[in-house]
Amino acid sequence: MSPIETAETAPEPASKIELPAHVGGGGEIPTFNITLRVRRYNPEISEDFSWEDYELTMYGTDRVLDALHKIKWEHDGSLSFRRSCAHGVCGSDAMRINGRNRLACKTLLKDLDTKKPITVEAIKGLPVEKDLIVDMEPFFQSYREIMPFLINKGHEPTRERLQSAEERARFDDTTKCILCAACTSSCPVFWTDGQYFGPAAIVNAHRFIFDSRDDAGDMRLEILNDKEGVWRCRTTFNCTEACPRGIQVTQAISEVKQAILSRRV
Amino acid sequence: MWSWVGHRITGVVIFFFLLVHVLDTSLVRVSPEAYNAVIGTYKNPIMGLGEAGLVAAIVFHAFNGLRIIAIDFWKKGNKYQAQLLWAVLILWVVAMVPFLIRQLSIVFGGN
Repeated sequence: MSPIETAETAPEPASKIELPAHVGGGGEIPTFNITLRVRRYNPEISEDFSWEDYELTMYGTDRVLDALHKIKWEHDGSLSFRRSCAHGVCGSDAMRINGRNRLACKTLLKDLDTKKPITVEAIKGLPVEKDLIVDMEPFFQSYREIMPFLINKGHEPTRERLQSAEERARFDDTTKCILCAACTSSCPVFWTDGQYFGPAAIVNAHRFIFDSRDDAGDMRLEILNDKEGVWRCRTTFNCTEACPRGIQVTQAISEVKQAILSRRV
Repeated sequence: MWSWVGHRITGVVIFFFLLVHVLDTSLVRVSPEAYNAVIGTYKNPIMGLGEAGLVAAIVFHAFNGLRIIAIDFWKKGNKYQAQLLWAVLILWVVAMVPFLIRQLSIVFGGN
C-alpha cells in the first residue's frame, strides 16, 4: 500500500472534522474601531517629529503589532518599525505604548483603553533613526562591556559543567532577558545620562556574576563599581515595571550593589 | 518613579530653605537688630503656609529616605517597595494632620 492510498482511505483526524457552528469555536471574534496615534519621524523629510492618527477596525484578538502591520500593509507603507518573531521572544519591537514601554507583540489592544487614541512612539533615551526605530548601538555597547559570556580559568572539561539546582536558581531570573531595551529606555537616569550602563547591562552581568561556573565575577563587579555603573541606579523601579519578561530588574541591580559592597557573590 | 521625583523635588526645596536659613541665621553675627527685623518679616500667613509646605517636604523626604535605605539594605525591600511607599504616605498623613492643625491655628488664630 502506498502512502497516498493510506491518506485516502484512512479516516480524517479529529481536528479536521467539520464541527457545527454551535460546538467548539467561540463564534465570531468581536471587532472594534481604534485610533492609533503614532509619533512619526523621517529625517529625510523633516527634522521634526509629528503625531499621525490612523483609524483602524481591529479584532478582539489583535495586538498593537497587528495594528502597526495593518497600517504598514494597507494604509501607509512608509511607517517603519522593527519586529522579528512577533511572539515576545526576539525583543525587537519594544516601544512606548500609552506612555509605557512594552512589546507591541505582547500588548493586546483590548487591554488598552480603546475609547481614547492609543499612542505609540519610539523608546526614549536612544537616538531615533526613523519612526519607531532607534539606534540600539549605545545599548549594546554597554552590554558588550560587561562581558556577557562564560569566562572560566580552569581546563575545559570533557563533559558538561555541573551545577546544583540551587546554584542555577541563584541567577534564574536574569537568564530571561531578551535585550529588548524596554528597561534601559524606561530609566530616567539613562534618559539624562547616556553613559549609564543601564538596567539591561547590569541584569546580564548579574546572570554571569552569580553563575557558579563563571570565574570572572570580580572583573564584572569592578566594571560596574563605577560612577556610571550600578551606583547610578536610583531605585525608581521603572525598569522592573517595564520588563516584558517580568524580571525583577531593580532586585538584580540591588544584588550586584550588595556584592560590590561585601565582595561576596 | 513618582516617589523618586517627589524625593528630588523635596530635596531641592529643603536645599533652598537651608540656604536661606544659613543666611538669615548668620545675620545674628552681623547685628542682632537686623536679625530680629528679618525674622520679624516671617510672621505673616504667607510664610506660615510656606513653613507648612517646608515641613510637608521634610517629612516626606525623611520617611521616603528611610524607604530607600530599606530598599538598599533590607533583603525584602525590593519586593515590598510599593507597600513601603504606601507606608510612607500613611506616615506622612499621620504626621502632617496634627502638625497642620496646630500650625494653621497659630497662623490664622490671630495671635
